[in-house]
Amino acid sequence: MTVILGQLFTGVSIGAVLLLIALGLALTFGQMNVINMAHGEFIMAGAYTTYVLQQTITDAGLSLLVALPIAFAVAGAMGVLLEWALIRRLYTRPLDTLLVTWGVSLMLQQLARDVFGAPNVQTKAPDILTESTSLGADLSIANSRLFILGLVVLAVAALTAALKFTPLGRRIRAVVQNRDLAAVSGIPTARVDRLTFFIGSGLAGVAGVALTLLGPIGPTMGTNIIIDAFLVVVVGGIGQLKGSVIVAFVLGMLQAMVEYLTTLSVAKVIVFIAIVAFLQWRPQGLFTLRTRSLA
Amino acid sequence: MSDAAGLCIRGLRVVFDGFVAVDGVDLDVAPGDIRFLIGPNGAGKTTLVDAVTGLVKASGSARFGEQELLGRDVHRIARLGVGRTFQTAALFEELTVLQNLDIAAGAGRSPWTMLRRRGAVPDDVAYALETIGLTERRDVLAGTLAHGQKQWLEIGMLLVQNARLLLLDEPVAGMSHEEREATGELLGRVAGDRTVVVIEHDMDFLRRFADTVTVLHAGKVLSEGTVAQVQADPKVQEVYLGHATDQDEPVSQGAEA
Amino acid sequence: MSALTNPRARAWLGFALGAVVLFAAAPALLTDFRLSLLAKYLCFAIVAVGIGLAWGRGGLLTLGQGVFFGLGGYAMAMHLKLADAGEGNMPDFMELYGQLDELPSWWAPFANPVFALAATVLLPMLVAFGLGSLVFRRRVRGAYFAILSQALAAAMVILLIGQQGTTGGTNGLTDIEGFFGYDLDDPVNQRMVYFIIAGVLLALLALTRQLMNSRYGELLVAVRDSENRVRFLGYNPANVKLVAYVVAAGMAGLAGALFVPAVGIISPALIGIVPSIEFVIGVAVGGRAALLGPVLGAVAVAWAKTALSERFPGTWTYLQGAMFVLVVAFLPGGLASLWGMVKRRREAAPPAPESTERVLVKEVAA
Repeated sequence: MTVILGQLFTGVSIGAVLLLIALGLALTFGQMNVINMAHGEFIMAGAYTTYVLQQTITDAGLSLLVALPIAFAVAGAMGVLLEWALIRRLYTRPLDTLLVTWGVSLMLQQLARDVFGAPNVQTKAPDILTESTSLGADLSIANSRLFILGLVVLAVAALTAALKFTPLGRRIRAVVQNRDLAAVSGIPTARVDRLTFFIGSGLAGVAGVALTLLGPIGPTMGTNIIIDAFLVVVVGGIGQLKGSVIVAFVLGMLQAMVEYLTTLSVAKVIVFIAIVAFLQWRPQGLFTLRTRSLA
Repeated sequence: MSDAAGLCIRGLRVVFDGFVAVDGVDLDVAPGDIRFLIGPNGAGKTTLVDAVTGLVKASGSARFGEQELLGRDVHRIARLGVGRTFQTAALFEELTVLQNLDIAAGAGRSPWTMLRRRGAVPDDVAYALETIGLTERRDVLAGTLAHGQKQWLEIGMLLVQNARLLLLDEPVAGMSHEEREATGELLGRVAGDRTVVVIEHDMDFLRRFADTVTVLHAGKVLSEGTVAQVQADPKVQEVYLGHATDQDEPVSQGAEA
Repeated sequence: MSALTNPRARAWLGFALGAVVLFAAAPALLTDFRLSLLAKYLCFAIVAVGIGLAWGRGGLLTLGQGVFFGLGGYAMAMHLKLADAGEGNMPDFMELYGQLDELPSWWAPFANPVFALAATVLLPMLVAFGLGSLVFRRRVRGAYFAILSQALAAAMVILLIGQQGTTGGTNGLTDIEGFFGYDLDDPVNQRMVYFIIAGVLLALLALTRQLMNSRYGELLVAVRDSENRVRFLGYNPANVKLVAYVVAAGMAGLAGALFVPAVGIISPALIGIVPSIEFVIGVAVGGRAALLGPVLGAVAVAWAKTALSERFPGTWTYLQGAMFVLVVAFLPGGLASLWGMVKRRREAAPPAPESTERVLVKEVAA
């Protein structure tokens, strides 16, 4: 029983990280249909932001808190720059967007290598986050994982609220559902695109801050996690957040369970097969905006 | 296979996320008939064609001859001899006119034939080129054709595809007067022993070329009969012809998808 | 008709020219070292030919060709390792790690050269067939397919690294000494390997040319540009795409198999996400929809990488990224389209179908 509960918690915390990384993509890929391979490097930028801040603000807790908004702004600004310089020219060529942004991601990785050096760096976590909270007999969970879980709950809640209740959110949804109609209704679609991209990329920065609690920071840290995040959005379905939320946690649990029964490497393959099998059943993902144009 | 077959639709229903686009339509098109399907925007005309050709899911029944169409894949329905055109001409714009027709003619080809280069122009393709008047332009990229020619090429593709049920979605929309005339004549020649269903807003075109007419309104059949019968129907005048007879121009097609 | 305007005569001329360059000029002019580098580049070029067919003509952006390259490479390397070890012995790395008492059962059939050779091509084709038929039939396409193919590459690499005892892990299969009884350290035999690779490349180019010019090739372009329309004509686009994907996978597998004797190693670092996407760069730069574009692009990019990355590794990465960005964003037809533009200006003949990305954008009735 304890074993199952333990794996359940592992699954939830894998899912939380996955979701935090995928959340920004749920906006840029899910809402705008832009495949931004440099999203992983925005995560890296958030992580390095934390590292740089810790050079001046030595208190680990304070620097972590300060890093959150600053990383959001840094990664968001990079996103806006990318959108303005390249992506907006490619809205009608989604596959080419993928390749172009991959080129950008290569350059950003090299930039990180030139600025911070190729070896990984490490930040210091505040003491409270290096401890664990005991949850009964043999069960304990790392506080850093709890922090990430809290952060992701907060981010999902804020994003959902923003999309539902603010004028900006309504505009974003309007542009997603019918770009032309939104444009003729007087919504400045180009500005909405840029703002959506700012928020989506900013969320990558926040994810980067969170990842510093789990491991080292390096120029290629974004490359591998980004694929899992894309899978979350693909399986979750385009256009809605709830799909990504559910899928992130389900995949996290699946990963944890299979990994417990076999090994990490086998688990990755089984998760991949499970995803292909799932797409047999629902090729459009878990949830889709069912409109006539998708028929 | 040259025997004409009729289209028989019973209780056809299409729902998009709670919105009922087609609501229990019964429709019989006799073999060899040229049936026009009219109705205001949003009446469910295109959705009906989408359902019959397998593009959208529908409940009820749609039989062409002996074959039930609903529930089959799009390409299986096409192989049963059901062909359609689209409101905006859907051609392979980066291929030539000849290549477009050759592909349309080839769904039944063996792998061996597919893997070889096309030699001479196949007879049916040459005949179709002649019929649609594009023999001279056969090596031109389809994307560079004039609007009317694109629609004719689509009809030509139905011909070589050997479709016996033709579903044409607004074939003369946006055409000049001369092009409309030419299209009408082409339609007459093509129809032969085929069963034809045409969605059209152009009343002038309808009066000249329709055998029978079905009026759809809000997903249901409102009226059916010859052109004269339908025009005399007070219900039709109320919802549709009432404002369409005043103007001979096609009714706006903007929002219809 | 003069030989320069008749397409068939021109193709023969082109192949003759290619044969002269590859079989006479290159071996005469290049040192053994350079020639073995060229052999490696030509392996990448073989992968590129397949990507050109699947992506350029079929619109299938496959970001996981490394998987197939790796399957072919590992199949070949397993056989060569077993042959090096001699009958009844285990490959050196298994002895070294000492986790196994006997050869794993799935290694055993690769001792048979016929099985191993067939597997280098058939195994990748089988995997592509499995994934492709599941994915294409359910109309998973465009970016979704690209991401799935990339995820497959990621999963395969993690699997290989995780099974260190039987796959060599991160190191891969290294120190391959013999090639069907020939000593690979001998420059003469290295030359022979080069000639085999060059021959295979020319043969596959001929095959691909036939595919592109056949009715199937026209249909593939039609599927790329307007999948739904093809469906309404009575074809199942899934099968059309599947053929291109499986053929491309077979080519990548063969390339991987030839890479092993040419370079002497196969490892996860050669087949993961990054090398998989590097295959695509060469194709994009050369011209995705042209026959020769991918070949020249792949060789040029691989050559530039060797020439620059040793002396200025950082600069090369920037250059590679920038090249990718500029070509894909502003010259989607690649360098081959420049040639096309010049040609079209000279003669008003109908141009060959050029590719631009239209798969997701221009679906009829969508």
